[in-house]
Amino acid sequence: MTSLHTVTAEVGGAAHAAPPRRRARRWTALAFLTPLIVYLLAFYAYPLYRNIDLSVHDYTPRAFVQGDPEFTGLDNYLDILSDDAFLDALGNTALFTLGSIAVQYALGLALAVFFHRSFPLSAVLRAMFLVPWLLPLIVSASTWSWMLNSENGIVNAALQAFGIGQINWLTSPDTSLLAVTVANIWLGVPFNLVILYAGLQNIPADLYEAAGLDGANAWQRFRRITFPLLRPVSAITLLLGLIYTLKVVDIIWIMTRGGPADASTTLAIWSYREAFGTGQPDFSPAAAVGNLLILIAFVAGLVHVRLQRREETA
Amino acid sequence: MRAWKTAVGVVLVGVMLFPVYWMFNVSLTKTGDMRADPPHWFPWDPTFEGYSAALGQQLPALATSLLIGLGTVALTLAVSLPAGFALAKLRPRGGRAIDFLLLVAQMIPGVVMAMGFYAIYIRLGLLNTVAGLIVADSTLAVPFGVLLFRAFMASIPAEVMAAAQIDGASTWRTFRSIVLPLSRNSVITVSLFTFLWAWSDFIFASTLNRNSDVIPVTLGIFRYIGNNTTQWNSIMATAVIASLPAAFLLVLAQRYIAAGVTAGAVKD
Repeated sequence: MTSLHTVTAEVGGAAHAAPPRRRARRWTALAFLTPLIVYLLAFYAYPLYRNIDLSVHDYTPRAFVQGDPEFTGLDNYLDILSDDAFLDALGNTALFTLGSIAVQYALGLALAVFFHRSFPLSAVLRAMFLVPWLLPLIVSASTWSWMLNSENGIVNAALQAFGIGQINWLTSPDTSLLAVTVANIWLGVPFNLVILYAGLQNIPADLYEAAGLDGANAWQRFRRITFPLLRPVSAITLLLGLIYTLKVVDIIWIMTRGGPADASTTLAIWSYREAFGTGQPDFSPAAAVGNLLILIAFVAGLVHVRLQRREETA
Repeated sequence: MRAWKTAVGVVLVGVMLFPVYWMFNVSLTKTGDMRADPPHWFPWDPTFEGYSAALGQQLPALATSLLIGLGTVALTLAVSLPAGFALAKLRPRGGRAIDFLLLVAQMIPGVVMAMGFYAIYIRLGLLNTVAGLIVADSTLAVPFGVLLFRAFMASIPAEVMAAAQIDGASTWRTFRSIVLPLSRNSVITVSLFTFLWAWSDFIFASTLNRNSDVIPVTLGIFRYIGNNTTQWNSIMATAVIASLPAAFLLVLAQRYIAAGVTAGAVKD
């Protein structure tokens, strides 16, 4: 970066026209950025604005078309927060999100350590682990649905071999949240594996050699070297996992539609169902729930940015 | 010598990929055997009725998905290539602010974006159109594209660009004739991911195109599940076909994937 600056400055100086050139370059930069700026305004800022607008009005389907909704201020938010379903959805969101990222992280880390030292075929096998992450969600979700089917699913058939009776994974309120969490963990392991594996590669190998000379066993090496040195990467992995998992809709909607009896309804699912899931769209409360979700994600995001800054300066 | 690790690795992959195997297995199972107890663990007597039904009914949806995927790639590249170049090499004012906005943009839940787009599209008459879906799908990829291009283009040596400018090339010319050809690999990475995300999108399709006759394959499968729950071999056959782009990516473009995954999260 600095070398580019000095070189162009010299070029500009040779032409005896440094200030106009610099100004020209600023305009050029702006020209190259214009498509992105227009894009961000039109396709991020404006939808977000419309979403806030939805949440402070009472948008009935009729008002939607005619464009004359009643302004209701924060009523939608108050309605949401005082709704009995809110605490349930918040609890489900917490269980789904924290359960998913904790197990994904643990499995991802174990696999990253397993693949850390290369062995025959390790690169190929590691690549195979990416498959769940690359598949379209509808594919994974419908496959899991069929595997967890009460009467004909392979999971119940396998459990039957151990004498465990039929479990209604997706149709019982006791297990549906667990079932979608398991499927979501399966989806998230590859991401955790890849990031943590990349983090492991940056730990200097001579640390392990030194520890080996001192007679440290595998567990001690993990406890004293791998885990502490991986902390920044771990923090980022968990935070990104949190942000991604908070907004999950597809997998739950396809497998259970948030049911039965709201047992697997998270905040994102609640919002989706109010807006698009029933015959009668109710956009205003849906937008209010969505904005609460943004708020939660945004707080997590701020923590993420701070952590990344700290790592850069360290 | 480390063969036992390979053996353990194979077992782990087997466990992890069992659902994928099961999808494949069910796609080849006869409708009559679908509810066999215990289920058939291997398609000894495979049938292709699922695949012929899938191709017969979902071919238009697959074509729509292809069109949407390619359109999304074109739009994403058009927006993010020049922006990545400007952020990496032209040192614009407010560059850091744009970085921050791109990070925030990736955190917005899909359902929120879908509602915003719905409210806009209903006025513009863009609901249930392929163009509308292309624009919405591109929001999944543009922040990623800009950040990846910026990271890559920052590594192009300044001397290369300076040489072009001494020869009298304009910035646009330098971008087109020097920077773009050198960025080939990152263009491939971004294109592959963008295509895959657009191809896999469910949220935008199920909200912005839900009343359309022209639907992508993800919605095709979803409607399948809703309509005829007995035809699981057809559903799974469609799922196998819908997974082909991912399989292609994994086999032929593996090094581009690794580049994309790490670039998204960890800076080195």
